[in-house]
Amino acid sequence: MESLSNRKKVIEQKPMTLAERMYLPAIAKGLAITFKHMFKKKETIFYPEQERPISENWRGLHSLKRDENGKERCTACGLCALACPAEAITMIAAERKKGEEHLYREEKYAAVYEVNMLRCIFCGLCEEACPKEAIYLDGPFVGADYLRKDFIYGKDKLVEEPLKS
Amino acid sequence: MSEKVKVSIDGITIEVEPGTSILNAARIIGGDIVPPAMCYYSKLEGSGGKCRTCLVKVSKGSEKDPRPMPKLVASCRTAVMDGMEVQNITSPEVKEARKGVVEMLLINHPLDCPVCDQAGECHLQDLGYEHGSEATRYEFERRTFDRIDIGDKIQLHMTRCILCYRCVYVADQLTEKREHGILGRGDASEISTYIEKAIENDFSGNVIDVCPVGALTDKTFRFKQRVWFTKPVEAHRDCPTCTGKVSLWYKGEDVIRVTARKDVYGEVEDFICNTCRFEKKNTNDWIIDGPRQISNRSVISSNHYEQLAPPPVVRKNLALQAANKEEFERATKH
Repeated sequence: MESLSNRKKVIEQKPMTLAERMYLPAIAKGLAITFKHMFKKKETIFYPEQERPISENWRGLHSLKRDENGKERCTACGLCALACPAEAITMIAAERKKGEEHLYREEKYAAVYEVNMLRCIFCGLCEEACPKEAIYLDGPFVGADYLRKDFIYGKDKLVEEPLKS
Repeated sequence: MSEKVKVSIDGITIEVEPGTSILNAARIIGGDIVPPAMCYYSKLEGSGGKCRTCLVKVSKGSEKDPRPMPKLVASCRTAVMDGMEVQNITSPEVKEARKGVVEMLLINHPLDCPVCDQAGECHLQDLGYEHGSEATRYEFERRTFDRIDIGDKIQLHMTRCILCYRCVYVADQLTEKREHGILGRGDASEISTYIEKAIENDFSGNVIDVCPVGALTDKTFRFKQRVWFTKPVEAHRDCPTCTGKVSLWYKGEDVIRVTARKDVYGEVEDFICNTCRFEKKNTNDWIIDGPRQISNRSVISSNHYEQLAPPPVVRKNLALQAANKEEFERATKH
């Protein structure tokens, strides 16, 4: 049948000539290409020492935000877990006690907040669902690990560093 | 019985007993034309007429006096008359008024839904979602109150209250002695007990169920789990004080909350006693009747796929429906 795109090339297989059978010109040509690339700009970088610039709407590791006074914003309302299409988020709520007002913003907070990074598809729906602007996917890549259980990130890995005063 | 009267609501005509309210006539018809109600409760005598969300337009008073009523009327408190014509969702005036009422109800509401335990089954949330506007124009300080414990099982968040008086009627009509009521007047009024006196009555827990917002909540359920992550199951037990017909709310294996069974209008079918509500939280206390039907518009049913929603290609094609008969049967068995 006739080709539609006309990009098809028919290969002719002729017996090789003596010069071709010696492979010398071919080796020289190949080495020339190799040497040429030695003087070109490198395409690879030394990750993790170096990092590539990331886009503004990049979605990486989740971080649980603090407000301007350093209090945790999350109130464990569960809307992120409800919105999550991969069911990666779980949490347990707790009531703020007297004397913890500087730690948590509202009277309820997430005592446990876990994101299963193996389930997470980094869609950003949790970010959109959050009514308290508490979760953002603004972190780096999720690192590699050996055990499945180590991919369940708890509050120790997710919550932002406390404010330095 | 005297003769039935004819009333037309949004163009749907129905014959009801004289003395029926417009709201109840609409509920007999059912569907979208039922006005929302925040304070009216069919099981509580004298309730209604406070929240104004059930406003409707009466475009024709009756057969004898066909003049329209001069203002929008509260449908829970207005009795039907023969030949009356009522407009609810067909009237833009009613929609506009209802939007205003929602804004009024939300003026002092703290909008702390992420913290509130009622979120997900809150009537004010539904009302605001369906009839309200997105933003508030109110820019003053909202009134705040401290949390009050009514007994060791019930908590009162006065900030969330919309003053529907339902809990006061429960206390009046279900219990012999009322220990809480409304103190103060106008915008200073608040639900309170006299010197925070504990309500000690078998049926006091029902104030939690009748509260349309999160003002009265179950302390044993406080911050345990969001409503939409729990699984409701109907159950009953042989209770000496009440009918024992309840809904159990499961999270995993545990019963984390017991409530009365609610109908489509959010009203309880039978009031339950405090023993059933607060003390029987083991599966072996109950006889399970089956899963509770939750409207598929409710957040509680989201992320559950029990109901089969066939794709359009199956919905139109009878041959495909016959081929998937087994799946349809499985999905509609409960």
